[in-house]
Amino acid sequence: MTKGADIRARLGVVPQQDTLDMELTVRENIIIYGRYFGLPRSDLGRRADELIDFVQLGERANDKVEPLSGGMKRRLTIARSLVNDPEVLLLDEPTTGLDPQARHTVWDRLFRLKQRGVTQILTTHYMDEAEQLCDRLVVMDKGKIAAEGSPQELIQRYSTREVVELRFRAENRPEEVATELESRLDGFVRRLEALPDRLLLYTDDGDATASHVHELNLQPESVLVRRSTLEDVFLHLTGRTLVDD
Amino acid sequence: MSSLALPLRVFEYWLMQYRRVWRATAITSVVNPVFYLGALGIGLGTLVNKSSGASLGVPYIDFVAPGLLAATAMTVATGEASWPVMGSIKWTRQYFAMLATPLGTRDIVLGHQLWMTTRVVMTSAVYLAVIAAFGGVDSPYGILALPAAVLLGAAFTTPFAAYAATRDNDAAFVPVNRFIVIPMFLFSGTFFPVSQLPKALEWLAYATPLWHGVELCRMFTLGDVDWLRVLGHSAYLMLFVVIGFLCAERTYAQRLLK
Repeated sequence: MTKGADIRARLGVVPQQDTLDMELTVRENIIIYGRYFGLPRSDLGRRADELIDFVQLGERANDKVEPLSGGMKRRLTIARSLVNDPEVLLLDEPTTGLDPQARHTVWDRLFRLKQRGVTQILTTHYMDEAEQLCDRLVVMDKGKIAAEGSPQELIQRYSTREVVELRFRAENRPEEVATELESRLDGFVRRLEALPDRLLLYTDDGDATASHVHELNLQPESVLVRRSTLEDVFLHLTGRTLVDD
Repeated sequence: MSSLALPLRVFEYWLMQYRRVWRATAITSVVNPVFYLGALGIGLGTLVNKSSGASLGVPYIDFVAPGLLAATAMTVATGEASWPVMGSIKWTRQYFAMLATPLGTRDIVLGHQLWMTTRVVMTSAVYLAVIAAFGGVDSPYGILALPAAVLLGAAFTTPFAAYAATRDNDAAFVPVNRFIVIPMFLFSGTFFPVSQLPKALEWLAYATPLWHGVELCRMFTLGDVDWLRVLGHSAYLMLFVVIGFLCAERTYAQRLLK
């Protein structure tokens, strides 16, 4: 065996595009994958059953993969990647395309693995996923590292604690309101961003800013105070322009 | 060649896959030779024997049976080396699943080749048994027609797999079948001696691996063995196996590790 093979023997991989054999059963897919690692056949039946239970596919264990839902296939891919008891699990967009229930089930399983001490490296476009699962994260932009740290650190460093979203009717032109506000909100707002239909006020105290806005009598259509999220960090760091690659 | 342990894991996947379809292929591999030998060996053979039995020197069924054996080995080989190879890249993506484990491209090529060869062995063994039942095996050397058919199969599975690994869809296999496999099937000494062909085509037929495979099988089932010629035909087929295998290693690596 080469070094690469030795390393791969200790990794689990969840590729972005499933590599399951749709004609084989759930159980067979795990067993044959275990055989690729050279695990003894006598252990694999039991191992497969454990993993199938872990990802809650027990009722479908002997069904073919083809008719399973996207979320079930994803869970099977995760179960399969654990067959060799990997020290490090690599996941490429593990929940892309899944419905909310399925995503939460996958997150729950990944969280349990984390508790068991399995290191996970995952790529994702979902900032809520990163926030849920990651202790450390790296924001990539055009192939370069734009920032790294824990979700909380990144929010502190690149955003504010809270965000006030003011929504205006189109005729009120948020850009114009923005220029007007810029001077008058001095001190309350750390950063101000004008979008076609909204103004985002990045602030440390959302409620205070909101009531200040109220006093200015701007009459926005709606006011929303929310916590700053990784999505704000990501958009701040990588910009809002569409990247077509 | 290093240990076979890793390629055998790949082989195991194909075995597992095959368990689902073996009944259908088992029936085909018995029914096909019965039909072909019945229609050509007995039906057509009766006419051939009456009109020109002398020029062949043997009853037509004895002549055509080893040809059919070799041609069938080729057909199974090209089929096994086309769709399943491309499917493992585009449909089941199983080659990629294998690559995420300790297996490497060479294990994948070798393991899959072992499986294709096993399929050729299975089909050819049944074919040879049916030929024997039809009285088409005239010598104990006939048993050697099996390894001959298998060598011929490998001369096709390796280059075909090398080609299939470069394809994005199965449309490419239609012209390959139409312009390479079927003409060989018909004109490589399978049903009539290639000396019946126009001179240029006769030489073309000598260049096809199928002709060499047919010659080998025919020598063995007729018991008319010239070992020097056996060596020559085998070497020619081995050349295809080796070059095909090296090409397959290359195209697999290019396709799977980009």
